[in-house]
Amino acid sequence: MTTITTASRIPIDGPVETPWKLPYRGTIGMACLIIAESAIFIIFVVAYIYYIGKSLSGPTPAQVLELPIFGTICLLSSSIFVHFAVSSLRKENYRGCTLNLAATVLLGTIFLATTAREWYHLIHDEGLTIKTNLFGTTYYSLVGLHATHVVVGLIMLSLVLCFSLAGLVKEEHSEKLEVLSLYWHFVDAVWVVVFLVVYVLGR
Amino acid sequence: MTTTPVLEAIDETLETQGQPPVNVIYEWLTTVDHKKIGLMYIVYALLFLVVGGFEAILMRIQLAIPNNHFVSPQVFNQLFTMHGTTMVFFMGMPILFGMGNYLVPLMIGARDMAFPRLNAFSFWISAFAGILLYYSYIGGSGLYAAGSAPDVGWFAYAPLTSKVFSPGHSTDYWTLAVLLSGVGSIGTALNIVTTILCMRCKGMKMSRMPLLPWLYLVMSGLVFVAVSPLTAAQVMLTLDRYLGSHFFDTQAGGSAILWMHFFWIFGHPEVYVLVLPAFAFANEIIPVFSRKAMFGYPAMVAASVSIGFISLSVWAHHMFTAGLGPAGNTFFVFATMVISVPTGIKIFNWLATIWGGKIIFAPPMMFMVAFLFQFLIAGLTGIMLSAAPFNWQLSASYFVVAHFHYVLVGAIVFSLFGAFYYWYPKVTGKMMDETLAKWHFWLFLIGFHLTFDFMHVPGILGMPRRIYTYEAGRGWDTLNFIVGIGAIFQAVGTLILVYNMIHSYYKGKEAGHDPWDAWTLEWSVPSPPPSYNFAIEPTVNSRRPLWDLKHPEDPDSDYE
Ligand SMILES: [Cu+2]
Repeated sequence: MTTITTASRIPIDGPVETPWKLPYRGTIGMACLIIAESAIFIIFVVAYIYYIGKSLSGPTPAQVLELPIFGTICLLSSSIFVHFAVSSLRKENYRGCTLNLAATVLLGTIFLATTAREWYHLIHDEGLTIKTNLFGTTYYSLVGLHATHVVVGLIMLSLVLCFSLAGLVKEEHSEKLEVLSLYWHFVDAVWVVVFLVVYVLGR
Repeated sequence: MTTTPVLEAIDETLETQGQPPVNVIYEWLTTVDHKKIGLMYIVYALLFLVVGGFEAILMRIQLAIPNNHFVSPQVFNQLFTMHGTTMVFFMGMPILFGMGNYLVPLMIGARDMAFPRLNAFSFWISAFAGILLYYSYIGGSGLYAAGSAPDVGWFAYAPLTSKVFSPGHSTDYWTLAVLLSGVGSIGTALNIVTTILCMRCKGMKMSRMPLLPWLYLVMSGLVFVAVSPLTAAQVMLTLDRYLGSHFFDTQAGGSAILWMHFFWIFGHPEVYVLVLPAFAFANEIIPVFSRKAMFGYPAMVAASVSIGFISLSVWAHHMFTAGLGPAGNTFFVFATMVISVPTGIKIFNWLATIWGGKIIFAPPMMFMVAFLFQFLIAGLTGIMLSAAPFNWQLSASYFVVAHFHYVLVGAIVFSLFGAFYYWYPKVTGKMMDETLAKWHFWLFLIGFHLTFDFMHVPGILGMPRRIYTYEAGRGWDTLNFIVGIGAIFQAVGTLILVYNMIHSYYKGKEAGHDPWDAWTLEWSVPSPPPSYNFAIEPTVNSRRPLWDLKHPEDPDSDYE
């Protein structure tokens, strides 16, 4: 066996005091994404709050908005199911994982449907579009930005659901599913803020 | 030197040398290697440096003499818009991300970034954004028919950007280009943070990490909270322009001030996003060329982190003339002045590092000395401008232009040039020509001071920024002429640098692993580093692992 000079001149296998464990890169990456996304949402929320009551013409939020209680319950409870999906995957309960994922996707889709109905009502019956006034501008952009995030989350969750149905999701993927669940929790947390700002404070 | 039977031989088969050009191009287009992506960032940024510099030269020719008609007012507006946008988003950001991409994994003993494919995506989306911006020259069809570049200024105040005042597509190109470059920046920042937190080699605790990765960590954190608001604001502007929403439409109750706030919430921290890497280079270069360990490592880290936090609360000092009210004025004056405390700590630490050292005046150190001096002056004019009453007098004058160019060129570009001379041997395996480097240094130094020292004065004499010409006899003529002469010196200096980089690549002396007798991990691997960086993942036991290896009699632990 020939011996050649290594690329590294640093002593190898030097003593290291503690066992060397660094955080999982997926979790850190998602945390960074959540920070950046939060900053984006904050700007939209600030714009929303800044323009409350500044519209030069109607309709006003009080006239046309109704509390989306049902959709909110669906979205927030989907967070619990995605959490169960991760924990059952950890315990190698693949059936439970698939069922919980399916429940998450279903509840998320119902939420999206309630938003779509609300928008249909506002555009078709009330004649409120993004062009109408400042309320329309800020409402559609903030709720729309959130809905876009729901759509992205649903696409990713559905993909995982398909893989899970095909029996490809195993215990070793639980860290990755957890990263996705972090994103979903974030989307839900943002909804709480949007709900409070748009439907409570803004009305 | 450790000897072990390892995989070094495999590296030869991966070499692109001797391959047909098609394969080499394919290799570069599809690469996910952090070093190749870093180099592509740097080359792309240098191309934009030349373009943005050319725009600056055209403006200086126009302003060199009074009543000049070298370019029309419309073209002049496009020139300063494109110059500013190019230099900040398509030169400054990519070149610093490129350096970070190349250096961070090497310095923390990692084999690549945490997300190599995201890295490639971020680069290509940024590159696309730059091309999109310049495509406006062909496809802009703005106010004056076919082909017009954006002309709304680099901070694009509302309502100038609305459809009414900016018909055509030139502003759309600007918005989308900045939006996409923001996406790329956030992607790379995410990658840098994750790499630093999750990929450090064994034994490299955060308290042992070199200062360059530390500062890139702070800088990337700032990108999340600073660039994201700009991205959000660009989305709003796009909605305004395409879907007819009213965020910045003053006719429908929208607010122009809100855009100012959103832009400067990005704009001020952006200065620190750009300057922290410049500090990072100084932190690596000054100790090596003073032959001493960095003075006050913990203070340096603490100062950088606090600069990051404070820089988030000072943005409205760009808006004193918009009227903030007494409480707002007081807060932002105070916050801005406070930031000079951690910055001062840094300057003292660098001076203390140099103090009593065996200083070697190689080109990297020459640039660092100029950096220290010029950064100090830039900081002092910054404190002047942070006082609201002074600011009311000189806001939007050439004094402001001179001040921020002192930061961007005098501090950041000088530090960057120093970094080029310092790491070039690592990247190419060749030393750069020292005579040419000295020519570059002196020409650029003289040019810089001719341009930006003298630029302060017309500002104090009342010359506003962004005017395309001026009447004779206001006391601005000679000064503007000198400023123009300086620009030529700088251009020649920069061209010498570019020539030197190409010349030395073919003709330079072999550099070897460690030409500067430095002590961070990147100098332990061959130059250029193999694609996997470290054949065996290193283990470190101090802040200066390579120093300990070379000088066992003087261990680094004595300095911690
Ligand atoms: Cu500022």
